[in-house]
Amino acid sequence: MSIPEHLSYTKEHEWVSLADGVATVGITAFAAESLGDVVFVQLPAVGDTVTAGETCGEVESTKSVSELYSPVTGEVTEVNESAVDNPEKLNSDPYDTGWLFRVRTDAVPELLDATAYAALIQED
Amino acid sequence: MKTPLHEVHEGLGASFTDFAGWTMPVRYSSELAEHRAVREAAGLFDLSHMGEIEVTGPQAADALDYALVGKLSAVTPGRARYTMMCNPEGGVVDDLVVYRLADERYLVVANAGNAPAVLAELTERAASFDAQVADRSPDTALIAVQGPASAEIVGAVAEADLAALKYYAGTPATVGGQEILLARTGYTGEDGFELYVPAERAPEVWRLLTEAGRPHGLLPAGLACRDTLRLEAGMPLYGNELSAELSPFAANLGRVVKFDKPGDFVGRAALDKRRDPERVLVGLRGAGRRAARHGYAVLRGDQPVGEVTSGALSPTLGYPIAMAYVARDLAEPGTELAADIRGRHEPVEVVALPFYQRRS
Repeated sequence: MSIPEHLSYTKEHEWVSLADGVATVGITAFAAESLGDVVFVQLPAVGDTVTAGETCGEVESTKSVSELYSPVTGEVTEVNESAVDNPEKLNSDPYDTGWLFRVRTDAVPELLDATAYAALIQED
Repeated sequence: MKTPLHEVHEGLGASFTDFAGWTMPVRYSSELAEHRAVREAAGLFDLSHMGEIEVTGPQAADALDYALVGKLSAVTPGRARYTMMCNPEGGVVDDLVVYRLADERYLVVANAGNAPAVLAELTERAASFDAQVADRSPDTALIAVQGPASAEIVGAVAEADLAALKYYAGTPATVGGQEILLARTGYTGEDGFELYVPAERAPEVWRLLTEAGRPHGLLPAGLACRDTLRLEAGMPLYGNELSAELSPFAANLGRVVKFDKPGDFVGRAALDKRRDPERVLVGLRGAGRRAARHGYAVLRGDQPVGEVTSGALSPTLGYPIAMAYVARDLAEPGTELAADIRGRHEPVEVVALPFYQRRS
């Protein structure tokens, strides 16, 4: 199961990439694989304010639905329409073209590094 | 519990799920690819968790006529029947496929979760007849090949006259030198076969089918796609559409209850009074891509009028489908209702079942 070293992670199985005050958010390969084939993604709208730890969308597979939690607090600056149109990208390329939304944020939340996240999913 | 094919599934990299106490493959790679394979080519399923119960003896037919709601005495040897076992209140204990293997020999196939209850009830209900009830589940594996290419694949490995094997029929056949029961039955809405195989020979039969299927695009297929396939085909799943509280009539399956058979049968009096249920099972078609799921409320305006039993974004059709129990006066196709999908009311329309029907 791939867990890129350069990303940060949440206990809710999102990944975060922080650069210049903008956080890019997606779900991990582990999350996508647990769900099965993703068939629907609902994302916050550009301009929405999201709050760390609160739900801001949904990811559905044929078998189940999972809430999407924002790992950070701030304003949504961009959403990945391509992932909305092609939800299979969450399975095939979760860390790159399967990213979900970007948030402008001042506060850097407490996140897991790759090693800690690997340990977390080991327990599951 | 594990099926005789567990190690084969591990070797194929399956993801597993617990189903009625059984560790079963939920998918091997992608459940959408597996679903598509069954609709367009073929899928290979391990269904060894199902229960197989043999009923034999001079009064086997009479015992089953009493124990089940169908008229099993009228089934020709070599044919199968979809039927149900009901409790005395007319609720469904399980839905079953029963094969008449010979005049005095039947095979009753029960859902995994209900198999112990069906075995116990059959044993008790057959006690006053000259018939024996025997659990064959531990030494029987069940492998299904489903999809438009299934006849060619099974034909390549089985010594049997497939052209003469009709839908809902079963025949002895030989696969890899092993005698098996080969049936033309399934739970996917496609042409397909189910092979009842001695447990210890299951890996070999699986391997032969896999090899014969390779040129046809056969994929091993898990329980995830089995559920979306049967839902598209409008087939009920016990625990979702069927339960000990609901009668066959509510599920629009009253046709399986044969009041015209001689003698009494368990549930007869209660079923006779339950022909006009308050809520009936319907198909719902949604808009957009959000699927209503098991347990979600069905609304008319803001009033709850029913409950979803199964739902998914249909892989074949591309729109959300669901089955639901709704008030009988709202069961007409074309009726516009809504489903409460996690707080948002999404429009749904009552449609005729099945959602999907193969061309043939």
